[in-house]
Amino acid sequence: MYLKPSYEIRDKYLRKDMLPTIFCPGCGIGAVLQYTLRAIDDLGLTQDEIVWVSGIGCSSRVPGYVNFDGLHTTHGRALAFATGIKMANPNLKIIAFMGDGDAAAIGGNHLIHAIRRNLDVTVILINNFTYGMTGGQVAPTTPKGLKGTTAPYGSFENPFDIAELAVAAGANYVARWSVFNYLQGINSIKKALQKRGFSLVEFLSPCPISFGRRNRLKTSPEIIRWYQKITVPISKAKNMSPEELEGKIVIGEFVDRDRPSLVEEYEAYKKRAKKMMGWEE
Amino acid sequence: MKYPFPVGQVDFIQGDEAIARAAILAGCRFYAGYPITPASEIFEAMSLYMPLVDGVSIQMEDEIASLAAVIGASWTGAKAMTATSGPGFSLMMENLGYAIMTETPLVLVNVQRSGPSTGQPTLAAQGDAMQAIWGTHGDHSLIVLTPATVQEAFDMTIRAFNLAEKYRTPVILLTDAEVGHMRERVYAPHPDELELVYRKLPVNDEEAKYPFGDVHGDLVPPMPIFGKGYRTYVTGLTHDERGRPRTVDAEVHERLIKRIVAKIENNKKDIFDYETYELDDAEIVLVSFGIVARSAMRAVKELRKEGIKAGLLKLNVVWPFDFELIEKIAENAERMYVAEMNLGQVYHLIKEGANGKAEVDLISKIGGEVHTPGEIVERIKNDLR
Repeated sequence: MYLKPSYEIRDKYLRKDMLPTIFCPGCGIGAVLQYTLRAIDDLGLTQDEIVWVSGIGCSSRVPGYVNFDGLHTTHGRALAFATGIKMANPNLKIIAFMGDGDAAAIGGNHLIHAIRRNLDVTVILINNFTYGMTGGQVAPTTPKGLKGTTAPYGSFENPFDIAELAVAAGANYVARWSVFNYLQGINSIKKALQKRGFSLVEFLSPCPISFGRRNRLKTSPEIIRWYQKITVPISKAKNMSPEELEGKIVIGEFVDRDRPSLVEEYEAYKKRAKKMMGWEE
Repeated sequence: MKYPFPVGQVDFIQGDEAIARAAILAGCRFYAGYPITPASEIFEAMSLYMPLVDGVSIQMEDEIASLAAVIGASWTGAKAMTATSGPGFSLMMENLGYAIMTETPLVLVNVQRSGPSTGQPTLAAQGDAMQAIWGTHGDHSLIVLTPATVQEAFDMTIRAFNLAEKYRTPVILLTDAEVGHMRERVYAPHPDELELVYRKLPVNDEEAKYPFGDVHGDLVPPMPIFGKGYRTYVTGLTHDERGRPRTVDAEVHERLIKRIVAKIENNKKDIFDYETYELDDAEIVLVSFGIVARSAMRAVKELRKEGIKAGLLKLNVVWPFDFELIEKIAENAERMYVAEMNLGQVYHLIKEGANGKAEVDLISKIGGEVHTPGEIVERIKNDLR
C-alpha cells in the first residue's frame, strides 16, 4: 500500500487553529486518527458528506481537530445522537469516535441498541483500558488485576470484550487491532466505512500517562511490547484452548456480513405504512 | 401535501393526540421517544403518522437517548420533538442542558404526573415547573409553555416549534395527565392558515464561520446545519463564537452564557403570554396555569356572584417570566392566590414578582386530583372571614 506523507493528510484534514492537541506524549489516539483520515482519503470520500460524533473523554476531542461537521456530545451518548443525525438525513455518513468508557460503560446500552438496530455508523473505538481524561480510573475493559485510581489494589471485575459483544449484538463489521497493526487498521476502517449498517473497529491504544504509569508500563513502547505479548491473531486463536487464551486479547477481523441496515429497514417500513393505509399501491 | 388526520376542521381528540397532530402541522419530521404514562399517546400517534408524511418516529432505548437523537436530528435541519413524563424528564436533564448550550431548536413535551420518583403515573400533577425552568445544571434560560385545554395543547405545540426555531433554543411544553388524556373539541387549522417559523440559516461562508456568534445583532446566531459544507463543530464545552472549545477562559464563558440567557430574557415581551379575566377591579387575584386555571376561572365567577371582587391571571408561559407584570397587578390587588397542583412552585415566582405589594398565598393540592372550583372558593372565603 502506498502511504501518502503524514503532512499531506494533516494539511488536508486537520483544523490548524485547533492545534496542538490535548493528547499526552505516547498517546495512541493520534495514530488511530491518522489511520481513519488515511482511510477516508483512500476511499475518496468528501469532507462534506461525513459527520463526526463523539461523547466525552480524550478520544471524544477528535471531532474538534478534524475539518468536518462534528458533534461533541454528552458522556456515552454519541450513538444516540448519531441515530438522530442518520435517520433525519440518511445522506450523511457518520463516524463515531469513542473511548472504551464512553462506549462500554456509560454508553453501553446505547452501543448494544445501536448495533441491534444496525444503525448506519462506523465506530472507531479507542480502547486504552482506562478513563484517561479523568485521571486513570478503571474502565469496563481494564484487564483483571491491573490498577487504576479507583482500583489501587488491582481491578477485581471481569472486563468486557467489546468486539465480541458487537458481534453477538449483530454488527455487520467488527475488527480489532492494536495501534501498531497500522496497515490492517487502515484496511479495516476502509471496509467499515463502506459498510451499510453498524461497523466497529476497535484499537488497543496506549495511555502511558494515566494507565501505563500505574501498571509498570511507563512508556508507549513498553505498552506496545505488552500488546505483542497479550494479543493473538484470530486465525491462531481458533486452534487454542480456553486455558491458553486466558488473559489474551484476540485481534483480527471478527465478522463481515450484510444484514439490512436501519436506514434500509426504515425505508421499507415507510412503504409498508403507506401501503397498509391505502396511500400507495 | 396529504395529512393523515383532518385539517381545516373540528375534531374531538385527546390532548396527547392534539400535540402529535400539531407537531406534524408545525413541520416536525423527527420524533424519538421512550414510552411513559401519561405521555405515550403522543408517541403512539407520532408512530402512526410519521411514516406517512415521510418523517421518522423511532423508539429509543431510554429517555436520555430520545433527547440525544432529537438534538442530532435538529442539527441536520429537521424540526424535532420528544415527549415524556416526570421520571423520563429527570433523565433528560443533562441533554436538555446540552441543547441549551449548543443552541439547538427542539420541542420537549412533559406530560406531568406526580413525583418524586415513579409517583402517580396515571394522575395529573404540576410538580415539574421548577425542574422545567431550572432542572439542568449551570446558568441558563429556556422557554416553558403551559396549556390548559386540548385546544391550547394544540396551539401551543405550534407556538413551541415557532419559538424554538426563532430563538434557536429548546422549548418545553409543560402539560399534565389531565390535559393529555381528556378529549375535547379541537380545531386543527388548514396548513395554509398557519404561520410557521424556520430557523435562520447562514447566507454565506462568512456567517457560517460564527455559528455561536451574534452575527445579526439579535443575539440569535444563524445555524449552519450539517451536510451543507460549512464544517461546523458543535460542543457542549464552553466555546467561542466560532465553536472552538475555550474551557478555562472566564471571559468567553461569561460572554457565551450571558448571550444565551439574554436572547430569551431580552425577548420576554415577545415570549411571555397570559390571559386575564375580571382583573381590572379585582381585589383578590387568582393566579393559575395549566389545568388548574380552568377551576380557578370558575372560582372567580362564583366569587363574583357572591360579591367578592375576584379576578384571574392565567399564565400560558412560566418562563421567561414577566416579574414586572406581576408587580403591576399586585399593586392593585389586596391579596393574590396561586392555585397549583404542587406544594408551591410557581408560587415562588409570583411572590418574587409581587415584591411585597400584595400578600401572596398558596392554594396547593397534591395527590392527583385537580382543585375543584368549590375548594378554591371555600379557601378564599375562609380567609376573608
